[in-house]
Amino acid sequence: MKVLRYLFPLFVFAGLAALLYSGLGKDPSIVPSPLIGKPVPDFDLPELRDASRRVRAAQLRGKPYLVNVWGSWCVTCRVEHPLLMRFAAQQRLPIIGLNWKDEPDEARRWLKQFGDPYTHIPQDLEGRVAIDFGVYKAPESFLVGADGTVLFKQVGPLTEEILEEQVMPLLGERK
Amino acid sequence: MIAELGQFTLILALLLALVQTTLPLVGSFRGRADWMAVARPAAFAQTGFIALSFALLTFAFVVQDFSLAYVAQHSNLALPWHYRFSAVWSAHEGSLLMWVLVLGAWTSAVALTSGRLPQPFIARVLAVLGLVSVGFIAFTLFTSNPFLRHLPALADGNDLNPLLQDFGLIVHPPLLYMGYVGLAVPFAFAVAALIEGRVDAQWVRWSRPWTLVAWSFLTIGIALGSWWAYYELGWGGWWFWDPVENASFMPWLIGTALIHSQAVTDKRGSFRAWTLLLAIFAFSLSLLGTFLVRSGVLTSVHAFASDPTRGLYILVFLTLVSGGALTLYALRAPKLSGDNEAPFGIVSRESLLLSNNLLLAAACALVLIGTLFPLLADSFGWGKFSVGPAYFGPYFFGVMAPLVLLLPFGPLARWQEANPAALLRTLRWFALAAIASGALAWLVWREDIGWKGALGVTGGLWLALGVVAAWRARVAPGSAREAQMQGSVVASAGSRLGSGFVGMLIAHAGMAMFVAGVLLTESTSVEKDVRLAPGESLTIRGLDFRFVGMSQVEGPNYRADRGYFEVYRGERRVAVLQPEKRLHPVGNQVMTEAAIDAGFTRDLYVALGEPLRTAEGADAGAAQAWSVRIYHKPFMRWVWLGALLMMLGGFAAATDRRYRRARAPAADQRFGADAATVGAAA
Repeated sequence: MKVLRYLFPLFVFAGLAALLYSGLGKDPSIVPSPLIGKPVPDFDLPELRDASRRVRAAQLRGKPYLVNVWGSWCVTCRVEHPLLMRFAAQQRLPIIGLNWKDEPDEARRWLKQFGDPYTHIPQDLEGRVAIDFGVYKAPESFLVGADGTVLFKQVGPLTEEILEEQVMPLLGERK
Repeated sequence: MIAELGQFTLILALLLALVQTTLPLVGSFRGRADWMAVARPAAFAQTGFIALSFALLTFAFVVQDFSLAYVAQHSNLALPWHYRFSAVWSAHEGSLLMWVLVLGAWTSAVALTSGRLPQPFIARVLAVLGLVSVGFIAFTLFTSNPFLRHLPALADGNDLNPLLQDFGLIVHPPLLYMGYVGLAVPFAFAVAALIEGRVDAQWVRWSRPWTLVAWSFLTIGIALGSWWAYYELGWGGWWFWDPVENASFMPWLIGTALIHSQAVTDKRGSFRAWTLLLAIFAFSLSLLGTFLVRSGVLTSVHAFASDPTRGLYILVFLTLVSGGALTLYALRAPKLSGDNEAPFGIVSRESLLLSNNLLLAAACALVLIGTLFPLLADSFGWGKFSVGPAYFGPYFFGVMAPLVLLLPFGPLARWQEANPAALLRTLRWFALAAIASGALAWLVWREDIGWKGALGVTGGLWLALGVVAAWRARVAPGSAREAQMQGSVVASAGSRLGSGFVGMLIAHAGMAMFVAGVLLTESTSVEKDVRLAPGESLTIRGLDFRFVGMSQVEGPNYRADRGYFEVYRGERRVAVLQPEKRLHPVGNQVMTEAAIDAGFTRDLYVALGEPLRTAEGADAGAAQAWSVRIYHKPFMRWVWLGALLMMLGGFAAATDRRYRRARAPAADQRFGADAATVGAAA
């Protein structure tokens, strides 16, 4: 019994080491969005390219689409941008570019310079809609199904792999 | 060339560390004095080469050699010269090199001052330190080499993270590492004792000053980190229970338990196994901290770039070092403690120090569980959690409250058997005074301070008066006789006020200040987030914060909007505060520089938020309003001054003469004889 008492610290340590081992390689920053499976937040915002028009959540219903949160001030968005251009060219999914806390002139200049992959660009000057979406850094992307529910959320830039292996299969299953 | 030389010297250091580990250890078993004699020169040479390697990396920063990837990532042509030095340890690779350098410094210090120690013992101590060094130099070389080239060289670097371009980064990491890494010394002493199967009074006396010095560095290192977060992060908080903070706090808690447990082992010969275990755990928690900070298993505001490979390496190393030490402990400790330990009563110095140890260990367990819970939950699929102050605060308070309550009794109680009635008699007026002051404070300033602040007054005063009582029991006329009657301490002959005793008083006074500071500042701080335009003002507790205006300032590598605030009490100007919002063009980062007017009894704190958008079409020349954060934080300084006192106390205690005495007094010899028997049995 006495020996066990002296072995106890070693057992505690072994348990701790096993726990630490299990934690390696996991990314603690992946936070599941509470939005998944819920209806897409409602919005009604002016269109960036033509301020007289509005973009509403309701009008987008019926077809799946991708919401991409971006801003001309966001450096990572620039990294992600070529992928969105290629993806848009394939015309597999409309991309809605939620322009987040941006200067409209800057945003338009940015699109002119780098290209415009978006079918609609609601401009969220004050970031109210982005709050409904739970955005905390740009870029972020949301996949919305035809019935208007959020199916997927990506924090940070999209990649080819994420689009092909995570986003598109979700639509395949839904069809 | 510089880089290659730096890497080469590091490789040489690794080889020397290998020699320092193997040869003396094998020699100590075979009784080869010549092999054991290698330990010291190897340690010095190893440290010399690490220092050279570190100097070469520093040189690369000073001359801005952007062909080194590490330099290019963490420096920039516009970086002021003094930050080029601290940039060396601003990120993972360089800070590891500093880790190794600090370990080298400790090892050399041990080698230099250990002339009186028996050769086999010191050979083993240096071998264990060498092993730790091997692990960390190899870690640096194979996973985190700061000397990697980036060719072709970049024209300019990425810049040092602006958060780290600060005085805090110059001093905080080196001091913290001195503490963190310094715990390797008591660890090595413990392992050497376990290998030898022998713990005697001399052994504790050798390791005590090292523990005290390491603990003191750790104390001030943590306090500086807290101070830095307070003024640099612009949040006005001083402790966030962030995993990285916890990583440094856990070894501190166990280190604190260790210095108290060592006192028992030193004076009474009891708690031997426990002291060894704490020494092992203190350093293991340092390693665990290193793992948590650098492996990316937890999110933190200041975790280094996460990398599972590095995490795996440290984990394997941690398992070898701590697992090995604990296995050794399980094998040897049963023979080291037990029957021949002096018994002690329910109320005695021993029992009070035991409760100190148990409470500190419980506090550490609380912090450990809270820190690792997100990981635990993730592993068992309970979902994603983050654990914050709502968990740590109340539980930690619960553990600390009995500690504060019992603390003043400790230094007064007699070893082996104390008289509880006499103890209470000695402290009753002090207790009454502390409670009465707290009650009075509550009655007078109830709205301002609440129960927490009142407790702060009572707790702080109780601890401070405890210090007075302990001092009086030793010094006041007639106290010796009285104390003896009460069964208090006077046992230690020689100088009645040894620096060990004085150090203890200073550290406990620091604890008093800390407790009062924490509870008062937590309960009484006023924090306002307001919109202010130039010309407007805000009044907090009779202090008038006037926003005079904004100006533009050019820094060496940033542009800043600087606010100008004047603080008035009535007609008298109390302070001028100039908070800044800095834009660092390289990397496009915005930094909030809070302006703080620090005072002994209160801090005034102003930080700029964002310029607020004026209504559309408003005149651009109109006064621009800002969101401004204004704090009034009473007794904020006491938190760090308390820590500073604790550090001073630790250093003072480390200089006690008894640690340098060649021979143990007669009473200890007896204990030494006991231990010798144990050694023989082992």
